[in-house]
Amino acid sequence: MPTPKQVPIVEYLRVGSRPYLRAQECGGCGARYFDRRNACAKCGKADFVNARVSNHGVLRSFSIVHRAAPGIPVPYVSALVETDDGTTVRSNLIDCPADPEHVSLGMKVRLATYVAGTDDAGTECVAFGYRPA
Amino acid sequence: MSGDSVWVLGTSMTRFGRYPDLDAVDLAARVCLEAFADGEVTVHDMDVMAAGTLFQASTSMGQRIQKQIGQTGIPVFNVTNACATGATAIRAVYLSIKAGEASMGLAVGVEQMGKMGLLAGGSKEEANVYEPSGRYGAVTSIDGVLGTATMPGVFAQAGMAYAYENDGVGFKQFAKVAYKNHLHSTLNPLAQYQKEFSLEEIMGSPVQSYPNTLLMCCPTGDGAAAAVLVSEERLRSMPKRVQKRAVKIAASVLTSDPWVESGQVQPDVNTLTRNAASQAYEKAGIGPEDLDLVELHDCFATAELIHYDNLGLCEPGGAGDFIDSGAPFRDGTTPVNVSGGLISKGHPIGATGVANVFEVTTHLRGEAGDRQIKGAKVGLAHVIGLGSSCGIHILEKAAA
Repeated sequence: MPTPKQVPIVEYLRVGSRPYLRAQECGGCGARYFDRRNACAKCGKADFVNARVSNHGVLRSFSIVHRAAPGIPVPYVSALVETDDGTTVRSNLIDCPADPEHVSLGMKVRLATYVAGTDDAGTECVAFGYRPA
Repeated sequence: MSGDSVWVLGTSMTRFGRYPDLDAVDLAARVCLEAFADGEVTVHDMDVMAAGTLFQASTSMGQRIQKQIGQTGIPVFNVTNACATGATAIRAVYLSIKAGEASMGLAVGVEQMGKMGLLAGGSKEEANVYEPSGRYGAVTSIDGVLGTATMPGVFAQAGMAYAYENDGVGFKQFAKVAYKNHLHSTLNPLAQYQKEFSLEEIMGSPVQSYPNTLLMCCPTGDGAAAAVLVSEERLRSMPKRVQKRAVKIAASVLTSDPWVESGQVQPDVNTLTRNAASQAYEKAGIGPEDLDLVELHDCFATAELIHYDNLGLCEPGGAGDFIDSGAPFRDGTTPVNVSGGLISKGHPIGATGVANVFEVTTHLRGEAGDRQIKGAKVGLAHVIGLGSSCGIHILEKAAA
């Protein structure tokens, strides 16, 4: 059976043997963005380079979501992670029970990817989350 | 009274709640006419009008209201600014008067939400074929996969970020905020819900987005509020009994969110509130210690707690101690949300920023009935809309 084709859930997730997040980094001030920007919202310069975001960080905030749109599995942990190189990323905390006893502010986490779905053409969607390090 | 200040002359609000037999125009027209009567003026006295609504922003709301209260040909600003929509309507009229282009104007905010349920976060839509779309090139819906964008979740994360950075803040402190506001609401006949709940009931109610439980979230609902603003010069020409009830707008401020590192993934509700607060205190020539009451944007209990700090009501980092000390209760040193707040009074989005000004005005006039804060002379009304936009108005009682 051939290996299914995979696509990242968002363009800023770079999949492969060593997945990572790729940001647009302002050449003027170093501010990072996950979407395309016409000019830097911090300094106004319009000069961006690709930057590799660290896969390691700490949990600086979270919410355990019990109520979401129909079809979204709950509960899950929505996390704000501050990476070692100072970029804030939002994703789910994965491989961790979704209760306040197991999730703690400041805990060390690292990026992980997983297959989040398959479309009608058999293409797999690869998502990312953070798991306790 | 002297100078070029702008004053609140008349104001009104509907009880917030459910009005399935009326539409938004009915609700808005009602409060406009009541605000005219309250200020002893008519639609013919108005030089300008601003109408705020979020969900009907493209419907020429102001002009539709005019068809019910009087079409006099004055300019109408139809405004929308998320949950700061009502404050933006007030500010538009305020600026028109400050600019000298109007001497009296009407600001109205209205929303008819019905039972909309959870706001934002989108829906779960499985793509048939993965194709990148949108600014992030997403191939499928990301809510619930890459964190949450729902309102209870976003504001939960805002609260937990504060808990990460400061000691003495946890689930119980957030719950106490809701306890206080539900308790306050029992004295306000205009509140959507007027029921006291114990701390245990609040902490034990269904979790929406931890730490926010159901009783720590504002409801959706319907309602409208209006305010007539007047220039000082024109106010001076009016009867003494009208002048006596007028309330001075000591500061009117609107800010947006400046760049912060985390802002692209988590809307920043702090910096723009801090900026608005410092501008407002400077303009009014007062400090937070001078406030007799505060109506702030408690869309969720987690939000109120962090705004204690953002508005300078507590020591830096001390919002947990502030609620634990009882300071923001109606008998405390800085009563906060004596109306019941958005959590109990309700949050028909476009109306909220005008209703807060109604509430503070009513206390400064000494007309707040059972919920009156005795001797109130200065109050602050704060709203914040995600995206983000913050409006602050500081109001002062007229000198006797």
